Amino acid sequence: MEAEALHQPAMAVPGAAPYPPIGDYAMIGDCRAAALISSRGSIDWLCLPHFSGPSVFAALLDQRRGGCFAVRPVDAYTSTRRYLGDTPVLQTTFRTPTGVLQLTDAMPILVDERYADKLQPQREVLRALEVLQGEVDIEIHYAPRPDYARRRVALKGRGACGWACSDRDGLYLLNTDIPLYLDPGGIDLRGRVRLSRGAKRYLSLNFVKADIGVVMPLGEHADGRLCATQQWWQAWAHRCNYSGPYRDAVVRSMVTLKLLTYELSGAVVAAATTSLPESLGGVRNWDYRYCWLRDASLTLGAIMDLGYHTEGDAFLGWLLHTTRLSRPRLQVLYDVYGETEITESSLDHLEGYCGSRPVRIGNGAHEQLQLDAYGSVILAAYDYVKHGGELDVDEARFLRGLGEAVCELWRLPDHGIWEIRGGPQHNTYSKLMCWVALDRLLRLHAGGKIRIPAERFAAEREAIVQAIETRGYNEELGAYSAFFDAAVPDASLLLMSRYNYKPTHDPRLRATFACIERALGHGDLLYRYPIGADRLPGQEGAFVISSFWAVDYLIRAGQAELAQQRFERLLARANDVGLYSEEIEPESGAALGNFPQAFSHVGLIIAALSLADVERVARDAA
Amino acid sequence: MTNIPFAFSRLEPILLWSLIGTMALTTILSGSQGLGLSRLSLPFLVGTLFTGNRRRATTFGSLFYMAGGFTFGFIYFLVMAHIGRANWWIGALLGTLHGLFLLTAVLPVLPHLHPRMATEYDGPSGQRRLEPPGFLGLNYGYRTPLTTLIGHAVYGAILGAGFATHVGG
Repeated sequence: MEAEALHQPAMAVPGAAPYPPIGDYAMIGDCRAAALISSRGSIDWLCLPHFSGPSVFAALLDQRRGGCFAVRPVDAYTSTRRYLGDTPVLQTTFRTPTGVLQLTDAMPILVDERYADKLQPQREVLRALEVLQGEVDIEIHYAPRPDYARRRVALKGRGACGWACSDRDGLYLLNTDIPLYLDPGGIDLRGRVRLSRGAKRYLSLNFVKADIGVVMPLGEHADGRLCATQQWWQAWAHRCNYSGPYRDAVVRSMVTLKLLTYELSGAVVAAATTSLPESLGGVRNWDYRYCWLRDASLTLGAIMDLGYHTEGDAFLGWLLHTTRLSRPRLQVLYDVYGETEITESSLDHLEGYCGSRPVRIGNGAHEQLQLDAYGSVILAAYDYVKHGGELDVDEARFLRGLGEAVCELWRLPDHGIWEIRGGPQHNTYSKLMCWVALDRLLRLHAGGKIRIPAERFAAEREAIVQAIETRGYNEELGAYSAFFDAAVPDASLLLMSRYNYKPTHDPRLRATFACIERALGHGDLLYRYPIGADRLPGQEGAFVISSFWAVDYLIRAGQAELAQQRFERLLARANDVGLYSEEIEPESGAALGNFPQAFSHVGLIIAALSLADVERVARDAA
Repeated sequence: MTNIPFAFSRLEPILLWSLIGTMALTTILSGSQGLGLSRLSLPFLVGTLFTGNRRRATTFGSLFYMAGGFTFGFIYFLVMAHIGRANWWIGALLGTLHGLFLLTAVLPVLPHLHPRMATEYDGPSGQRRLEPPGFLGLNYGYRTPLTTLIGHAVYGAILGAGFATHVGG
């Protein structure tokens, strides 16, 4: 995807430093860690050695203290940027009055034979500068602040091997062919260089943890790594079997999902960031650098439907194995290694994005009961089998155990899909997903894939239907309600149709869609629940995936044209490189919440696949 | 030289105590790495003499390192047989000297000898990319000299104690 980026003004909140808009960032990564880079050429977010590791650059959450790695022209400039082809290799072009500078950023993936016998660091961020026209004065600012800027580590010169700083057992080595000098404090490096047309320079940040460092060479070696990384991503994107409309957006979404997949375990994290606010200056700031089981079924479905069976196998493998620690009970979220202890704490020394405090690390939601996780995991396994996957004996036994747990637990109140803090409630969506869990297990049983006590599971499934229909449907609201015996609309209930709880044309589903549109809609966007339903101060933005669910619902309801128009309006709400955050502020279109958000991109893929189905059916009929 | 036939006649205890000493040394150095006290990995440094493949380097390096542990065990035995005494503190002293030699004489020249190690004069190249150790191995963490000396002192102490009955305390 190639897109022009307009230079947006910085977001300013009284008392806080000016921040680039959330949508001003693009992501690079190596399927282990990810960095966010602003259109001003500054890496403002990077956690190492993996997504949920401590940050080394966190200017995203505190422009003054967080740390950054900036490369930009000294003079006034405008910038445009794009990803190279179907890769996450980012190219930013700065135009100044005197010349044009091109900055290429990537986190190399070097797996082909040429690199088999070459030592590599655990992670590398490679930045290549080239002046395309005229002459450009360039400034560099390198300010590593390991451990969420809780530590101030001294930088030390290592001669021709660059500059090093260590944080406990982590080593950050910066190698560059640009002369840099230490600021008086000893923790920042700065440099200025004037380059003329054709001149190239490189900055390579290498990281190792608990091991001897590796310093990556520059020049043609660095070009080779960039080239190999591009080739790897192009080959990977080429495996996408999607041939429907909006292919660029679908592939960009799949590349983003891949970037958020932790290669070493197959886990997909919800987002690359923590504490980007759902309302500016507010308290809705959560850490999304973990894997939510709730996202599993939709994510796995999207991955498998696009032909990425290896990734799907890995994700399901992670899903089924990581939950061993707590089985048959499921925890809401796990880290990339399946760790269950994700204690939440706040980083009070960081001011937060635009002053949005607290900055949280860890996520207290892991202690909640969210019954929908059972349905999501079972649905993921069901989709996996539907795509030709085989369950082994242990996996089949595990799924049966989940079914038993659902029978035991579904009558309990829980915290639901939106993880609303405070007391548990009877969430209709959670009951729906318990129904999905038992329904799909019964289907797998009927197909001979697993053995379960079918009569008992069928009776419980029916009991859930009775509960949803009598207490989940609210006559006053004229729709299914978010909670039992209440009149609160909830966008997650749009999925009732997708999960085949009822046919799309069922009057109650149609009424529910109309109610959600009326109460939560804002043009092409949908809020997930009414303002104030989460018992937190302030107002959050519209929810991106809910908005794509509405497209999916409309397609199922036979309103493909309307769905397509809506889908195209939503596509226009992505940032200049095709990325979505969790939420969008409807009036300004500003991105809100953690970024980029896997679930939003899953929503895009699901809606596009549904549109492609409609197109295929129409083509076949013609 | 007269001690060499004597040492060969005591091969079994030399191998046994060298094995135990090397295991202790490896545990201390690996433990230091795992606890974040030092990033030095002697097996990895040795292994990368032969290959740039990280996995193979660690495997080969560990084997060579074990062989090195036996060789030094033999040398320690010869030294103790030569002075006619073996006990834990003589062993620890020898180990400390061994560690000091490694830190002050071997590590500083390693960038010039190791085919995959960069130097602070020339920087990295296609082949030479490993971070050089610096003075006393301090580039690998400021506790590296301490953990290296402790590891080698323990190695020597175990050998000294083990050899006592064969050489005489």
